[in-house]
Amino acid sequence: MSKNLIEVKNLKKIFKTSHGMLHAVDGVSFTIEEGKTLGVVGESGCGKSTTGRCILRLIEPSSGEVYFDGHDVLSFNNKELQKARKEMQIIFQDPFSSLDPRKTINQIISEPIIIHNLIPNKNDRENRVLELMETVGLAERLINTYPHELDGGRRQRIGIARALAVNPKFIVCDEPVSALDVSIQAQILNLLKELQEKLGLTYMFITHDLSVVNHFSDHIAVMYMGMIVEKAPAEELFTQPLHPYTQALLSAIPVPDLSERKNRIILKGEVTSPIALPEECRFVNRCLYACDSCKDHIPVLREIYPDHYVACDFPLERKGVE
Amino acid sequence: MNNKNLILNIENLVVHYETENGTVKAVNGIDLKLNKKRAIGLVGETGAGKTTTALAMLRLVPDPPGVIKSGVIELDGENILEKSIKELEKIRGKDISMIFQDPMTALNPVFTVGEQIAESIILHEKVSTAEANTRAKEMLEMVGIPGHRAKDYPHQFSGGMKQRVVIAIALACHTKLLIADEPTTALDVTIQAQVLELMNKLKEEYQTSLIMITHDLGIVAEVCDEVAVMYAGRIIEQGTLRDVFNKTKHPYTEGLFNSLPNVNNRKAKLQPIPGLMPDPTDLPVGCSFSPRCPYANDNCRENKPIPRWISDTHMVECSAYDDPTFHIARGEK
Repeated sequence: MSKNLIEVKNLKKIFKTSHGMLHAVDGVSFTIEEGKTLGVVGESGCGKSTTGRCILRLIEPSSGEVYFDGHDVLSFNNKELQKARKEMQIIFQDPFSSLDPRKTINQIISEPIIIHNLIPNKNDRENRVLELMETVGLAERLINTYPHELDGGRRQRIGIARALAVNPKFIVCDEPVSALDVSIQAQILNLLKELQEKLGLTYMFITHDLSVVNHFSDHIAVMYMGMIVEKAPAEELFTQPLHPYTQALLSAIPVPDLSERKNRIILKGEVTSPIALPEECRFVNRCLYACDSCKDHIPVLREIYPDHYVACDFPLERKGVE
Repeated sequence: MNNKNLILNIENLVVHYETENGTVKAVNGIDLKLNKKRAIGLVGETGAGKTTTALAMLRLVPDPPGVIKSGVIELDGENILEKSIKELEKIRGKDISMIFQDPMTALNPVFTVGEQIAESIILHEKVSTAEANTRAKEMLEMVGIPGHRAKDYPHQFSGGMKQRVVIAIALACHTKLLIADEPTTALDVTIQAQVLELMNKLKEEYQTSLIMITHDLGIVAEVCDEVAVMYAGRIIEQGTLRDVFNKTKHPYTEGLFNSLPNVNNRKAKLQPIPGLMPDPTDLPVGCSFSPRCPYANDNCRENKPIPRWISDTHMVECSAYDDPTFHIARGEK
């Protein structure tokens, strides 16, 4: 078994708001093996992006532990953190707002190289930029264009090239394809997959789109209101979802295939406010099977099958109900 | 002759945006027919001309720069393009309504949702304000929001609920034709499932015809009876759900299906369509899809394809079918 590149233990991020404490991430633990992909799925506001940013310390977590390659990320001082960021990069969701409109592609991609002082010679640096552009499938002639001259798919390729510029080991992909059209989405997903195989990258792939995450991940973690409610190998999660929320999420995917009309589970209500939460299962108000004991305490994430964790007290009893 | 059952008839619709940087050929000759109580999905990627087509049906294409160059749009037998502004005001919201993509910006923040629903009832029907308010509450309950919340403002609702309010406004006057422009793109999957279920229910109940604009073929399979696939301002394939999903004919439609991750087969490699949508100010001479099409031949690149009806319901616009032995890789199901 290969080693864990990322290890997160009981990570919490609590925002103070005028209405009370907002538990954005509430005790999340997971590991990602080197060269593998962890898909993190959930609806808006479930804390998936905050988790990704806390790992890179783009947001300072409130408590918990994060280890990168065995090093305690949260103990790093600024200098050490800057060094660590050479190994850990992020690709943002919106390729329209995550690129500086006043910089050319050349400047955008070479910026991290300059910051980390990897290639001092200007000509060598430009060659490296061209090499990166080729890696992500951008034509050489675009090197001096500005982001606004390009479409979404090409812009996302710039974002990927920028992340790759420092030869990172780990990349947080925060909804990298949700702003793109389907045909372009497939191009970018294939590119990310090829890069992973070629460069041995480790991904944390954050998305709300289950069909995308299934295609892409080795493991999947499902988040709901700041907590991981289910975590399993991708294939198992799709064939044998145990948490009622995962089951509902899977059944809600519209499938473009007429032979596959399935019984969908339509959840009642919506995600409630994550402020001043009571000590009960976070999903209890929308759960089809909730009973009184679910309101007593927060269920813990426990291993039901090998490598398959669920935070629900009655995952097996409910199996095959429907 | 006029078909009694026909709610919408579009013939040869051409809409251009005339800008300083050239003419954007957004919609280039569209024919579309929709029968009463039917739902059609208008599918395509960003810039395919879906929304412009919808706006033209309401005569809401921003002018300038938008110009409806030619065409006929008949709603229940009456040509929308010949109406005066006054007549249009009577039609919009009453005979034809639209649900916009983003519920966050479609509502007016300084009026209560009850007032916004009642507004369209008061405009179109001779009723008192009190009666309109009662109707507004009923509409809210129809879409699954408690009636007493009519006095709340949009910011007090979540995204899914705002979209329900928008649907309530659109349906308040028992509209004949409802156009939904990506009504669930801004919503989470579980909320999307709720909204789609609601739209299916209301479609039955109000016997409304529906045009669903989307880029998600999954949603089309969920809600629609028919599909029209758009590319670069043309409908390139059209038919019943079964025609388009199970007997796919156009290479672009095939490409769309191949780009989708398959939920059941996670190992299958995605096959993206290479390249990009052509620049609408500078469309290719021949078939607009030919630069990206794996089957394209010289004829495709030089001559515009013409619509070809394979059956009574199934149309494809692809010159490759001039060769009777031609078929695409996606097999029949």
